[in-house]
Formats: sequence, structure tokens, C-alpha cells
Amino acid sequence: MPSALINVPAKARRGDIVEIKTLMSHIMETGYRHLASGEAVPRDIITSFSCRYNDTEIFRADLYPAIAANPFITFFTTATESGTFEFEWIGDNGFSETASASITVE
Amino acid sequence: MHHQDSTRRQFLGLAGGAAVLGAVPIVTLRPAEATPAMLATAIRNVVGEAEVRTGKVKLDVPPLVENGNTVPLTVSVASPMTSRDYVKSIHIFNEKNPQPNIGNFHLGPHAGRAQVSTRIRLADSQKVVAIARLSDDSFWSASVDVVVTLAACTEEVI
Repeated sequence: MPSALINVPAKARRGDIVEIKTLMSHIMETGYRHLASGEAVPRDIITSFSCRYNDTEIFRADLYPAIAANPFITFFTTATESGTFEFEWIGDNGFSETASASITVE
Repeated sequence: MHHQDSTRRQFLGLAGGAAVLGAVPIVTLRPAEATPAMLATAIRNVVGEAEVRTGKVKLDVPPLVENGNTVPLTVSVASPMTSRDYVKSIHIFNEKNPQPNIGNFHLGPHAGRAQVSTRIRLADSQKVVAIARLSDDSFWSASVDVVVTLAACTEEVI
């Protein structure tokens, strides 16, 4: 059961630089591990993460197997107007999850 | 008394031998790891022919890591982050994981602060490299040598 944790300040003053913290639960199977039988465990990772702020993309990441399980990514943005952050994670085997958070800018 | 003692020793010896034998198949399975040449190629794929200078980038990663499965990492770049002078992207590489890439992070002037954090896997003690691309298409880098005591389970048998 995939689930996201998002941390965005609920309120900010216009022009403030705010930190956005995100965590998506995911195994991030590297594809480099083997079963005792010698069979490789197929790769299953999140390959792409993006964040849109009022429909404008403000951050995007390409992820590789070297990103730890349950990818945790934090970054910054300038609070310009009240609205919504939309987050999207895309990965192997059709993995696709979204989450959103709102901010009030005064 | 002497006889009893020696059987006990024999038993312990046998038990120890069995444990060692049981461990052998795990040790023999080791897929190829990335080489410094692969690291150089991965960096070339991002920067092209451009010169990569040292500086401006600060790579924060613990020099001694107990668990390679989850290593906190923060990259920050000294930049005013204005519409004319900002960081376009940050790229993180490693030397000895099976794959040289760790992550690419694309930002822009609206970020306000050129800083990203994540958690990574390190399969061995090795060098981690961060490269930033600025708005004038210059590249700046920083690298840190990390010692890992328990490697990430990128190659273990499960």
C-alpha cells in the first residue's frame, strides 16, 4: 500500500523561501540482488519525481537504484501565492502515485 | 575425562566447519561494480565537453557510515538564485555502486535556495561526487570520500 508523507508549511509570507519535505513508501528494489537460487530479483524503483506549484513545475528528480528505500527528498521554493503543490512519483511496473498540499501566502 | 573433552572439541570443530561451509555460496556471488571509468563516463554524459570546476558546491554526507542502506546526503550550491544567475540542476554520482548515477535534481530560480537532500545507498567505501549546472551552463563540483562499514544490500542473496 503506497503512501506519501508531505511536509509543507501551511502558511508563509510572500517571498519566503519554504522547505518542502517528501517521502514515498517504496521498496526501491535495485535489480542487483539475487535469490538463493541464483535468480536475479527484478528492478522495481521509482524513476521520476516531480512537484508542481499552481500548475508550474518547480522541481523534478530522476532517481536511480542508489536512492534508498522509501525515497525521501527535500527541496526549497519561494512562496509567491496561495495555492497547491502537486507531487507525482512514477516508477517501474506502472507505479504512479500523487499527493498534494496547500499553502496560504499572506 | 580426557576422552570426553576431545569429543566436545571435535563436535565444536564440526559445527564450526558446517557454519563456514554454509556461508560459502553467499561470498561467491558478486556482480560487477561500477569502475572509476564508468563514473567518468556518467559525468561526461551530463556535462558533455564542458569543464567541471571545483567549488561553489557543498556536499554534506557523513565521512564514516555505519549502514550503507540509508546514507543522508545534502547538496547545496552557493548561488544568488535570481532569474539571471541560478542553479539549473544538481547531479549526484558514485564510484563503486553497480551503477554510477544516484540522482538528477532539476530546479530553477524560483527555488530560492539551491539545496536538495535525500538518502542514498552505498555498496562500498567510495567517493561520492556532486555536480551543479548553473544558468550560464558552467559546471561546479564537490566530492567526498565515504567509509562504509556495512555495505548496502545491492548484491546480497535473499
